[in-house]
Amino acid sequence: MLVFVLSRNEQEVMLDSDLVTAISLPNVLWRSQASGDLRPAKPRPVLDATSRPTTTTPEIGHPLVPTYRPVLRRHTGRSVRRPEHLSVSRKMFLYNLTLQQSTAINQACIGNFAGTKQQEILVARNNVLELLRPDPSTGKVHTLLSHPVFGIIRSIVPFRLTGSSKDYIIVGSDSGKIVILEYNPAKNVFDRVHEETFGKSGCRRIVPGQYLASDPKGRAVMIGAVEKQKLVYILNRDAAMKLTISSPLEAHKAHTLVHDIVGADVGFENPVFACIEVDYSDADQDPTGEAFQNAEKVLTYYELDLGLNHVVRKWSDTIDSRANKLIAVPGGTEGPSGVLVCSEDYITWRHQDHPAVRIPIPRRPDPLQPAPTTASNGEEVDTGRGVIIVSSVTHKLKKGFFVLAQTEDGDLFKITMDYSAAADGSIGPVENMKIKYFDTIPVSVNLCLLKSGFLFVASEFGNHYFYQIENLGDDDEEQMEYQSAELPQGEDAEDVLVYFNPRGLRNLALVDELESVAPLIDAKTMNLAEDDSPQIYALSGRGSRSTFRILRHGLEVSEMAVSELPGNPNAVWTVKAGSREEFDSFIVVSFVDATLVLSIGETVEEVTDTGFLNSTPTITVAQLGDDALVQVYPRGIRHIRSDRRVNEWKSPGNKTIVRAACNQRQVVIALSGGELVYFELDSSGQLNEYQDRKEFAAPISALSIGPIPEGRVRSSFLAVGCEDNTVRIVSLDPDNCLQGLATQALSYAPVSLMIARMAESGSGVGSLYLMIGLHSGLLVRTTLDNVTGALSDTRLRLLGSRPVKLFSVTIQGAPAVLALSSRPWLSYTYQSRTKLVPLSCTTLEYGSSFCSEQCPEGIVAIESNNLHILTVERLGSVFNHTSVPLSYTPRRFVLTPQRNHFVIIESDHNTWCPSDKKRKLEAKASQMEVDGDDGGQIIEELPVDQFGLPRAEPGKWASCIRIINPRDGETTFKIDLDDNEAAFSLVTCVFAAAEGQQLLVVGTASNVTMQPPRRTTGGKLRTYRVTDGGASLELMHTTPIEGVPRALCAFQGRLLVGMEQTLRIYDVGKKKLLRKCENKQFPNNITTLHTQGDRIIVGDSRDSVHYCSYRAFDNRIIVFADDVTPRWITTSTMLDYDTIVGGDKFGNLFVDRLPADISEEVDDDPTGNKMVYEKGYLQGAPHKVEHAAEFFIGETPTSIQKATLVPGGREVVLYTTILGTVGILVPFQSKEDVDFFQMLEMHLRAKSPPLCGRDHLAYRSSYIPVRNVIDGDMCEMFNLLPNEIKKEIAGELDRDVSEISKKLEDARNRVAF
Amino acid sequence: MSSAVMNVNAQLEHLQSKHVGTGHADTNKFEWAVNQHRDTYASIIGHSSMLAYTAVAENESIGRKKFEMIEKMLQPCGPPVAKED
Repeated sequence: MLVFVLSRNEQEVMLDSDLVTAISLPNVLWRSQASGDLRPAKPRPVLDATSRPTTTTPEIGHPLVPTYRPVLRRHTGRSVRRPEHLSVSRKMFLYNLTLQQSTAINQACIGNFAGTKQQEILVARNNVLELLRPDPSTGKVHTLLSHPVFGIIRSIVPFRLTGSSKDYIIVGSDSGKIVILEYNPAKNVFDRVHEETFGKSGCRRIVPGQYLASDPKGRAVMIGAVEKQKLVYILNRDAAMKLTISSPLEAHKAHTLVHDIVGADVGFENPVFACIEVDYSDADQDPTGEAFQNAEKVLTYYELDLGLNHVVRKWSDTIDSRANKLIAVPGGTEGPSGVLVCSEDYITWRHQDHPAVRIPIPRRPDPLQPAPTTASNGEEVDTGRGVIIVSSVTHKLKKGFFVLAQTEDGDLFKITMDYSAAADGSIGPVENMKIKYFDTIPVSVNLCLLKSGFLFVASEFGNHYFYQIENLGDDDEEQMEYQSAELPQGEDAEDVLVYFNPRGLRNLALVDELESVAPLIDAKTMNLAEDDSPQIYALSGRGSRSTFRILRHGLEVSEMAVSELPGNPNAVWTVKAGSREEFDSFIVVSFVDATLVLSIGETVEEVTDTGFLNSTPTITVAQLGDDALVQVYPRGIRHIRSDRRVNEWKSPGNKTIVRAACNQRQVVIALSGGELVYFELDSSGQLNEYQDRKEFAAPISALSIGPIPEGRVRSSFLAVGCEDNTVRIVSLDPDNCLQGLATQALSYAPVSLMIARMAESGSGVGSLYLMIGLHSGLLVRTTLDNVTGALSDTRLRLLGSRPVKLFSVTIQGAPAVLALSSRPWLSYTYQSRTKLVPLSCTTLEYGSSFCSEQCPEGIVAIESNNLHILTVERLGSVFNHTSVPLSYTPRRFVLTPQRNHFVIIESDHNTWCPSDKKRKLEAKASQMEVDGDDGGQIIEELPVDQFGLPRAEPGKWASCIRIINPRDGETTFKIDLDDNEAAFSLVTCVFAAAEGQQLLVVGTASNVTMQPPRRTTGGKLRTYRVTDGGASLELMHTTPIEGVPRALCAFQGRLLVGMEQTLRIYDVGKKKLLRKCENKQFPNNITTLHTQGDRIIVGDSRDSVHYCSYRAFDNRIIVFADDVTPRWITTSTMLDYDTIVGGDKFGNLFVDRLPADISEEVDDDPTGNKMVYEKGYLQGAPHKVEHAAEFFIGETPTSIQKATLVPGGREVVLYTTILGTVGILVPFQSKEDVDFFQMLEMHLRAKSPPLCGRDHLAYRSSYIPVRNVIDGDMCEMFNLLPNEIKKEIAGELDRDVSEISKKLEDARNRVAF
Repeated sequence: MSSAVMNVNAQLEHLQSKHVGTGHADTNKFEWAVNQHRDTYASIIGHSSMLAYTAVAENESIGRKKFEMIEKMLQPCGPPVAKED
């Protein structure tokens, strides 16, 4: 039995255990099995008192304007319009993969999670837990571990037991459990220490998880909900020094809302938790509204009595009714204890039995408001609403402490306190509290201050920043320090307004930046740059920090140096002078007829006395033995000893050396004609030739020797690639030297080989891999058996159009492979996953690792006649960002008809439009004149990139239309809209009535208010002609309309406008757009529009999709099908004529499909009357769409589209979310694959349950039961499991472990990256 | 009243006290709506993506939106309707 609770707001699906097992069973196409039960009747909002018109009154268009006759009146031949792979059968199965995890941070905290002296930063990215390690020497932040938890993380706190040096992690999530994790630095994983269930799953009102506070002395933790419930867990350690957790102690209070909870620092007295609470029971009962007006906000101390093992309300006192946040003040011997209550405009120190100490939060002078009159002349000018503190950090110094608090505008304030300390160490109450402006930085969700003097700012929107604190601001004389002792105190003290003096950064210096696309508002995947893979063009950011971003797949490469060389080199190597050297000593560059040797030091310069032969090209160079070098050139081998003695080996007679390979003790050369000669270093440092040579039938095209295993004298494997499309593994062991061990046949000739020892997925030990670069641009990776030399588990990957050359490099101290084709790629191990990622730089021809003092892990490479030194950072990032700053929050964008520019519309609520701004400034100037204050100057506008735009009032809008050239990021055209007009939608549309001209239509509305009821004084459709080859716009005319046009769509040579509940067709006229046809029947607010043929699919902001048909002969739009689930659509796209994929506000993705028979029936309705007179079903349209797929992703999707991501790959559905996640849905091609992945997913759910205790199936079914979608992210967790569990799962699936991981890799690589 | 009915009533009462918002025979439209609104606000606060979505739309900081939503939970649908007794 399935219980489906469909309260609109607690849309959580509870699955009882029987059903869970039933659904998990493989081979059950549970669409047929469960669909009957899963469909709830569509609930209608009871609150909606106003009845809507239920009949259609289509308006006939202007009779004089000819009606456009569509060519595609009705589609026939279904195969044409439905891409076959998405509908091989009517049953669709999708595979969900995340390409880029969410980039926003919703929680961050600091602690010594690894148990070392170094502090780490733990961040929660909605459903990913990530551990960052800042490097104090370089000031860079590196990602140590990133783990998807398949749940929503709402709160995290570090927790340290008294006397311990390691922090545990406590997580409050949507799992209804409290989870304690420990970071295991040896394995680089999070271990779950405890998992205690306390309530239902889901982000609910009364289920704890929202707030989490730990006792600063590490004895207890409180976990609380927004309303009523609070639980206290006592944490301790047992005899085995393991962390123990008690059963929960309740501190509930019914009818009470909680704003914040912190653990007060009371030293070693009983732990106390402080909460801001509001009781709503009186307000709920009093119809006069008086109780609501008088509702008190209280600060409550909950004391955990460790002796009696229960929680008591120790103290409760009224506080400011606009209080929102608490900051714990250090206590015990370190400070006065108590809490800072942050409220609008004030910060108050409160503690039991002590008088309150209050200071105002200094305000930022608003350049557009009249100058504040000083308190001395009596009258106060209230300038707008108060300011609140949104984040803070307390930092203890050797003597005393300070608090940094950040306001919602981004201003940081430093708060310090004066208190008296008695001789016995006891500390008295706060006597004086001081506040001083510190700096202005982007608004954060959390601030983390490191002991090493760095400040990590987890921005709520946009990039995250890492600052170095250069100054504590004590000597800043320009800023006023406000002191509580000088300001009125007490319960009815009058309000004071104080101001600070905004300025550029003084105390902080930016050292590093973590890219974040959040909030990602809209995105399009296109290949405008004509690269191998398409780019994602995205709109991101809020307000003045908005950006237009271009995301390219690939690692960001920073160029350390470029230098020009004489002539075009064909190869480059770096060598150390001796094996004990830390850094490389020489760069050797080979030309067609010469060799250049450069020494690496402070500068890089040519040297000639190294013993290398300059007058010949070089085949390879290496460091040999302890301190010798070897140079292989076509006519011989030059063995250079440390004392510059040179031993030469000359190639016999008419033969030249064509290929060579060496490691520290072995040299192998291939002579022309396919002969192989082997040399080995003996104990005296002499290079000796092996008595036998080996002949190959075909010329040798590539050679590679494996690295010498630690403690051995030689590598036992040599790989030989021949022109006959084979690669052979040859033994170098003395007992079977030069005997063949294995052969691999290939489809193309190998051009490059590399035997590399790389860390294997899921385990620390490395295994040997043979990489083969083929002439056709393919890279083959096979596993080379450590003992037998047998080859197995071959994997292919297309890298580009040119032959693949392979080079060994070092990344994060581990061996990695650089593969150069038409694009450079890097294969490396990152967080125990092997990755193969392109580098975002020009085509390189030859490369080598590079290690110097300035650049410990670089790559030296050549490109035509230039030598580049490159480094790769941010190994975890998938995309490389290019940003272009914008003025306001971007809303939508389109490509111009010329396909070379983007038109972006930007609109900001709560911001002054140009004319208002002018008016404000004039008013201010005149007021200053009246005041006789002409000496004072008008404050200039603050730099918007740091301070943002001044806040206006609700209903005020600033907006602009901008054209950007995506190639150089240049704005070629920009118009600002005025008079509170804001742009909401735009489209390029071919108008048949305008001789097929393609015009741009921008939908705007004026004076829109956001708070319900939403109102507007009217909208406009602005029609533009695109001129200048796409670089500029010319206004043709504007058309007034009544509502906010949120969706526009080109339709059969005319324009479809979705405007609140109305869908209308417009055609172009001379002076304005002309209304042709309309349907006012839509339930709430049209947000998306799609069309194909006569069919129009309308997405509604609260009522899912509506399938409509346009009937040209009587000019009507008729809704013939809708959905039974009330989805709050944010984005959608048509997959084919009958199918739509979309996302809703709650974080669901869905595929809705019109059943084939209905689709046919609707289209084959000759009179068209059947559709009109058909009876509605379930209070809606006569037909209902089928749910083809449902999936919860946990983040609001903001764009969805079809895209092909890799050359030759299949089409997938790519979605982006507001938090910056980029993911794809891949249609399965075969039933076998579906079965396999379904089985795998089922086993993984059982064997590796999500870290934060959320049941995976329940999570993916949070709102609607998951259907026909397999979670690829879950399947890929397989690679992270310990080997024995992998084997167990593989056994149950009747497959090999390697086969499964290959299948997982293929599933991703075939369509994406 | 039979003991079975008593038992059912007691169970219901227990349920109503334990799970805030559980309806009963006399739940009026106002109470229902208030619970819906409070649940909605709590859900938006709990899902950071929805909070971010609202904050971007209104051009406010996330902290401000969260604060305002908890404030609104106090009386989301205006004063209660007077009880007719």
